Amino acid sequence: MIDTNVYMPIKSNIMEIIQHTDVEYTFRMAYKGEVKPGQFFEVSIPKYGECPISVSGIGEEFIDFTIRRVGKVTDELHKFKVGDIFFIRGPYGNGFHMDDYKNKEVIIVAGGSGLAPVKGIIDIIHQQPKDYEGFNLLVGFKSPDDILFKEELKIWNEDLKLILTVDGAKEDYRGKVGLVTQYVDDIIIKNMDNVAIIIVGPPMMMKFTVEAFLKRGVACENIWVSYERKMHCGIGKCGHCRMDDTYICLDGPVFNFSKAKHLYD
Amino acid sequence: MKIEISKEDFNKSLHRLGDEYRIYAPVAMAYKGTFSDTDSIRYKEINTLDEIEFNLKSHFSPKEVILPITQVLFYFTEDQYKEPETEKKKLLVFLRACDIHAVKRMDQIYLENGQRDPYYQEVRDTVKFVLIGCEKSYRNCFCVSMGTNKTEDYSLGIKPVGDQVLLDIKDEELNAYFFGEEKDFEMNYVTSNDIKVLIPEPHQIAKDIAEAPLWREYDERCVACGKCNFVCSTCTCFRMQDIFYKDNENNGERRRVWASCQVDGYTDMAGGHSFRKRHGDRMRYKVLHKVYDYNKRFGYHMCVGCGRCDDACPQYISFSTCVNKLHDLGKEER
Ligand SMILES: Cc1cc2nc3c(=O)[nH]c(=O)nc-3n(C[C@H](O)[C@H](O)[C@H](O)COP(=O)(O)OP(=O)(O)OC[C@H]3O[C@@H](n4cnc5c(N)ncnc54)[C@H](O)[C@@H]3O)c2cc1C
Ligand code: SF4
Ligand code: SF4
Ligand code: FES
Repeated sequence: MIDTNVYMPIKSNIMEIIQHTDVEYTFRMAYKGEVKPGQFFEVSIPKYGECPISVSGIGEEFIDFTIRRVGKVTDELHKFKVGDIFFIRGPYGNGFHMDDYKNKEVIIVAGGSGLAPVKGIIDIIHQQPKDYEGFNLLVGFKSPDDILFKEELKIWNEDLKLILTVDGAKEDYRGKVGLVTQYVDDIIIKNMDNVAIIIVGPPMMMKFTVEAFLKRGVACENIWVSYERKMHCGIGKCGHCRMDDTYICLDGPVFNFSKAKHLYD
Repeated sequence: MKIEISKEDFNKSLHRLGDEYRIYAPVAMAYKGTFSDTDSIRYKEINTLDEIEFNLKSHFSPKEVILPITQVLFYFTEDQYKEPETEKKKLLVFLRACDIHAVKRMDQIYLENGQRDPYYQEVRDTVKFVLIGCEKSYRNCFCVSMGTNKTEDYSLGIKPVGDQVLLDIKDEELNAYFFGEEKDFEMNYVTSNDIKVLIPEPHQIAKDIAEAPLWREYDERCVACGKCNFVCSTCTCFRMQDIFYKDNENNGERRRVWASCQVDGYTDMAGGHSFRKRHGDRMRYKVLHKVYDYNKRFGYHMCVGCGRCDDACPQYISFSTCVNKLHDLGKEER
């Protein structure tokens, strides 16, 4: 009936599944097309529904979704096996614009599943470190059991400046403990005017991490955040993601903090 | 072309139009009103002029005709998505000036804000509007303040006078359906409402307006029922819903259903995060959207002053009063 139905999803094959934790899996999906880190897809199963999921990895012929099991749709998604299909539509949102970070000291701070939307940037910087003046990664999880991308973190720990911390752990845990905000001051910044700081995680984590960097003297213009809001359409229609005059699905989810600081729920 | 025709001839024309069009108009439905012993005036398919309620304002807006409360986007069969059959008939909708202005707001969101919505586009391509002029202003209307009391944007203007019907036919295609004596007349429109609203200029809205004590009044008073959104001619939010059929679990459908920013759950996200828990904050979100945020994005106000939100609120909360309070606050702060 309709020439181009933007709500019509396409089929995508599950190529590989990696289990990170009891409730978090990464699905490698067959996909060809232009996608940027920070963009998202509406992933669905007929009869259960759709939900927005960020791309956590981007390849020539695949995209990764790292999905946390929290409810109706995600419970069902987790039952799928390699060779099965998901229905997807997208990519949506602006995503991270890598040119904004070129030749800068890049610092990424990710909290929990906030690592998923920025993992694509880490991959890019990891592959082309020369394009950036420096790179620091600060990642926090609730507990050692919640750590995502353990394999990648091992490699990053060798190649990059990485601080990995957990909010709390049993006494015998040998890694760092404490909120990410406690480690913000440990990151060496050579030139305050040439940093690009990217912060993604739960609302409170983002709020306090941004404050910590502002306190260190970083300008709002040098900070980027990615916001998560309820989304039913991903294309500026359903209204749920709106903050004042801004649609997170269309104008975001990635915002420079000079804009984000004015957004109001 | 402006003509006069008899009611009888008008009904004959309607009958012929019925082959090609589904005709919707406000109809009084006995004892279905918000308050006991009152009629509910809602949009229904009609065949004759007498079925149309010309003298009262409809409780629900014509939005329910072009943007159904529940709309099927897909039928699922096993692993296939199937689009619903296209409606073959065109639509003819009787409505008032403010409601025609409201359609522009719906177009803005569904056709202009991001990609085009194919379901809305399809309806929009076939719908024609019949303007019912307003002889007088109704309770809670403030269209004059919003500049939506008048419009030229219609296919057919209608003015029933006794046993005659005056028509202002602007659409070539409809010319072929109505034959009568040429007669000049003016469509009715109101030039003043009892309720007047002053809208603060954007610069008069303080950056910390969310902190203003004004909203706290609504924390208790508003019961978050969402009626104000559902009757509003310019609210366009929806949520997605998938269902499967009880008798055949392999089949089901994906629908969209009207949603309300006043009702619990609107902002709920996984992880237990939600925003605007206080009802007063939801009131702020709604009111500022209607007279501030939408304007900032699109350059004109969203609210068309139909007053239906005030008509419908079980708690007698007045949107127009709230906007006026906002204006006074802006003046104080200057
Ligand atoms: C732009 C964007 C990108 C996203 N990217 C990702 C991603 O990469 N990976 C990912 O996993 N998710 C991502 N999400 C979140 C994801 O969309 C939601 O988790 C998903 O929609 C949940 O759908 P559901 O049907 O499974 O849950 P529902 O059945 O809708 O249940 C979720 C509801 O249950 C409640 N709830 C669920 N879990 C909890 C909990 N742990 N604690 C308390 N209450 C809870 C909440 O009230 C929530 O509203 C993203 C969201 C957005 C907007
Ligand atoms: S303002 Fe009135 S109609 Fe709207 S949600 Fe609150 S109580 Fe219901
Ligand atoms: S906010 Fe109230 S007055 Fe304005 S368009 Fe909606 S229902 Fe009508
Ligand atoms: S997700 Fe529907 S408008 Fe943004």
